[in-house]
Amino acid sequence: MKLKHLMAGALALASVAGGVAAQQELSNASRDSYLSAVEGKRVVYIPMSMTTDLVLTWNAFLQRQADELGYTVDVRDPNWSAEAGARALTQAIGEKPDLIVLQNPDVQAYARLIQRATKAGIKIIQLNMESLTQSDAYVGADWYGVGHTAGEAIAARCSADGASSNKVAVVTGVPTAPVDLFQMSGFRAALEEAGGGIEIVSEQSAGYDPSKARAITSSVLQQNPDLCAVFGIWDGQDAGIGAAVKEAGMAEQVFVVSSGGGAQTSCDRVADGSFDMFIEYDARMQGQALNTLVASMLQSGREAGSEKIVYYGPNYVVTKDSLTPASCFTVDEDQ
Amino acid sequence: MSVQAGEQARGSQRKGVSLRFSQEGIVFLLTMLMFVGFSILLPNFLTSGNVIALMRSVSVLGMLALGMSLVVIGRGVDLTMVSTLVVGVVWAVKMANDGMPFGQALFYGGLLVAGFGMVVGLIVAFAEIPPIFTTLAMAPVIFGIGNPFLFKQDTHNAPQGVTWLNELGFGASFGIPNTILVFAAVALVMHLILRYTRFGRSIYAMGDNPAAARLSGLPVRPITVAQYMMTALVAYLVGIVILGSNSGINSRLAYTTLVYDVLLVVVLGGIGLSGGRGGVRNVIVGTLFVGTLLSGMTILNLSLTAQNFIKSLVMLLALIADTVANPRDEQTSQQGDI
Repeated sequence: MKLKHLMAGALALASVAGGVAAQQELSNASRDSYLSAVEGKRVVYIPMSMTTDLVLTWNAFLQRQADELGYTVDVRDPNWSAEAGARALTQAIGEKPDLIVLQNPDVQAYARLIQRATKAGIKIIQLNMESLTQSDAYVGADWYGVGHTAGEAIAARCSADGASSNKVAVVTGVPTAPVDLFQMSGFRAALEEAGGGIEIVSEQSAGYDPSKARAITSSVLQQNPDLCAVFGIWDGQDAGIGAAVKEAGMAEQVFVVSSGGGAQTSCDRVADGSFDMFIEYDARMQGQALNTLVASMLQSGREAGSEKIVYYGPNYVVTKDSLTPASCFTVDEDQ
Repeated sequence: MSVQAGEQARGSQRKGVSLRFSQEGIVFLLTMLMFVGFSILLPNFLTSGNVIALMRSVSVLGMLALGMSLVVIGRGVDLTMVSTLVVGVVWAVKMANDGMPFGQALFYGGLLVAGFGMVVGLIVAFAEIPPIFTTLAMAPVIFGIGNPFLFKQDTHNAPQGVTWLNELGFGASFGIPNTILVFAAVALVMHLILRYTRFGRSIYAMGDNPAAARLSGLPVRPITVAQYMMTALVAYLVGIVILGSNSGINSRLAYTTLVYDVLLVVVLGGIGLSGGRGGVRNVIVGTLFVGTLLSGMTILNLSLTAQNFIKSLVMLLALIADTVANPRDEQTSQQGDI
């Protein structure tokens, strides 16, 4: 009996030890091949402008992983100019890097250049804004989902019994920007699904300028003093919506919904009541997903354009009740 | 000045006196017409709330236009205003959020902004590069000094717990929003400077005929530098108002066409781009016109493209009217003038 136990124990110990040894060998092998596959490679990052919370956060993630794994990420900042971006992309194609990470300013701007890059054998990951031309991967926010979530919340609130009216105002950025269009179609679909009892009394563009958003909202509030909700398309601009509602003393009545990448400035606005609901497409999560894709693209020996992967990051909702110190993040400007 | 030019000047002076035929008068009449039209067509347009909201919304534009008019009257133009405003205020806010007392941060921001104005003024006055080219080139330079060297992110919230800033943006005195009162105060100060100080009169003299102003012994170059510094400081003040109004500021403002809206107000009001004419009253008329137009178009729920089209069309008409009312003075105009 004793011997049997001892035997069993020894056997178990041996098998565990053996397993550990085998695993160590195995993980070393995969780690080595992983590191050697990515080391010394070159990634070119062409965002829209190195000033937004999203772009800076993605960059911080990209650079950190690059430093850890020994590849390089070169940043080409077009500073909001699609032409400058197209030039940067053309130049990047000539330089033949291993991978290009690209944020499209709209669906058209880089469509042809992406085709050209794929033909030249360069893989492209598109960030947060899809182009008409699909490339190896897309990672970013689900714009339609953002609009849909906002629509659902607004429909629920403004068709409820206590609502001041069924009137809703929308403040877009630039009406032709696809981000706006996708959000609006999701928003309209959600209103439609909720029974169509909600009336959009105003749909104005503020051109991403909070002062304009404030002026528009205060005009709309004058015209519709029983307004139930305002939906804004981008947090940086929507600060003006919150300000106009607050100034009119209608913060209780008017439900303000905004969305963004989750910089601390927006959670501060949820805390002070400027935003009643903030839909966050968490830039940290996008950064993590981006890094996973970058690592796998650099390892994979597949031809550029042979496969098209899409990943939409999850959206989640921040309200005064669900707000925690971890809901948002502070962008490290030094990175 | 030749006899012909003298007659022309007297002619336009006569036009200025009789309100009906000046551009200012026409715009004022149009504003009234539009106002009455909107009041009849749009049920809630003519409420005290809407009129106050309308005035409040355009005060920022109006204040910027007051600053701009100071250089335009002196036959200049300043396209750096919005960049200057953004860089100065965002830097001050960033320093305050990093722990500096807000007052101190604002003081440093003000110094920086005055410095920008001085550099622009020095280039215009001493290098004698036409102001439109100088400021067109300097706007991105100024913004480039701000981003990336002074700040990197675009959205900046106002520092917490600054009561007066909150009052400036949201408070009201005697039922009138404080922003409108600040606009009125800036207008009054500007009016007093332009009408009753030697500095103000010199600006008119320079705008009318720079060569004659210099020959008669006016310190044309120092005045030019002072003009651009004042304009920069007005822009900075407007930036602080914007900061208070939105409890924050976004550096993307520098990429908007705001500065052209400001020019629209100045030109519409009847301050000729050829310099030497107009005053604070013109700016107020121009501001009222643009305010009424914007408010009406928002209430009518016109699309952005339609609004831009109407605005551009109005701008074009104003420029044509300006050319007819204030023809270029062949005696004093030079290459590069606008």
